[in-house]
Amino acid sequence: MTIVGQNLIEFRGVSWRANGGSEAAIIDDVSLEVPRGSTLVLLGRSGSGKTTLLKLINGMHWPSKGAVLVEGRATHEWDEIRLRRGIGYVIQEAGLFPHFTVAENVGLVPGLENWPKEKIAARVKEMLRLVGLEPEEFAERRPRELSGGQRQRVGVARALAADPPILLMDEPFGALDPVTRAELQREFLALAKRLGKTIVFVTHDLREALLLASHIILLEKGKVVASAGPEEFLRLRHPEVLAFAASLDVRGGAA
Amino acid sequence: MTGLWSFMSEHQSEILSATLEHVELVCIAMTAAILIGVPLGMLIVRRAKLRALALGIAGIFQTIPSLALFGFLIPIPFIGGIGKRTAIVALTLYALLPILRNTYVGLTEIDPAVLESAEAMGMTQAQILFRVRFPLGLAVILAGVRTATIITIGVATIAAAIGAGGLGTFIFRGVALVNDSLLLAGAIPAALLAILADFLLGRLERRLRVT
Repeated sequence: MTIVGQNLIEFRGVSWRANGGSEAAIIDDVSLEVPRGSTLVLLGRSGSGKTTLLKLINGMHWPSKGAVLVEGRATHEWDEIRLRRGIGYVIQEAGLFPHFTVAENVGLVPGLENWPKEKIAARVKEMLRLVGLEPEEFAERRPRELSGGQRQRVGVARALAADPPILLMDEPFGALDPVTRAELQREFLALAKRLGKTIVFVTHDLREALLLASHIILLEKGKVVASAGPEEFLRLRHPEVLAFAASLDVRGGAA
Repeated sequence: MTGLWSFMSEHQSEILSATLEHVELVCIAMTAAILIGVPLGMLIVRRAKLRALALGIAGIFQTIPSLALFGFLIPIPFIGGIGKRTAIVALTLYALLPILRNTYVGLTEIDPAVLESAEAMGMTQAQILFRVRFPLGLAVILAGVRTATIITIGVATIAAAIGAGGLGTFIFRGVALVNDSLLLAGAIPAALLAILADFLLGRLERRLRVT
């Protein structure tokens, strides 16, 4: 490796303020590292800055202070279109294009990258199978003809289609019923391990964080208040960690 | 009523040619309004200052009483004068606001999650405009075209006042001569045209709606 070392993503003293820096810091002096092939979970309440942090990685936001490095290069040195095409992005409710078929949704980024047609078609099939959707049955459907779980599967397939090394996921399973949610979490975990992607995953669900993370970072009001692997996380004594742990502890039996 | 029918069958060919003239006025004005309004609507999606200016000016045209707008245009060189050209300019200005406003609304009122993922996937602003905003906003844009067409069919009857012809010719003559048959020979075809346009464009609009 080069000087990039093992970190595919790195935050160095990053702060972010809305409206070009005139307002209070949403992200306040955050430093973190995401090693290649690992899954970092950003945990926090609504408004803690998790989504903002995610958007600092793919240049949807730019740091007001400090630098975000992707593959060893600061995001502001990247061409934003190139940067984003190398980063898969999955959000709640998937954000699929309602006027595209499933196949067109999944094939979008390869299409933008001018892959030849046959290669796109083959890749779309491969991706749909990967997320457990039979291409013959689903390729020509529209998003509205899918269930929530199926839409989310298509969202993951779309994010993976151009084979980006990095995957950003913003509460991707947040809108699903608990059963479907657990199912997708399990499958996703297996998939992530197999593909060796570097993943940053946003959630407010501690259970999900413990299940999926190689490392958990807890955010409170834009600051990192706890940082640990899933095994050690519940042993931390920070009040916000305890608050999250208490949310698990409905009947005295934590996960 | 028998008077009306006999009048209409006697003057069949005149009514038909006035109707065609009317359709011609409306079609030319609508084409011009769409060619100006839709691209302008695309242009103002991400430009707040231009947006306020364009919607403001189009709004002003819409508030001028139509007969007055025709009158104002007559003395203006090149576009003014008596006849079709002036009428078409006035009708175009009149049709502009519904088209411009609906284009802007159609292109902007799109599920934020869809726009966010389009941006995050590395689509350029032009790709987002043409491949996401435009197809998703098309039904709303068309609703604006439909509204504008119906307004224009009605307002175009006034074009006869400045010598542009069309179905208004019968209406103005009917008013002047206090002749109901003459008046209705202009009014009924104009109303039927509006209903037909509403029906056809409404069907097209429903087909283009993406759910």
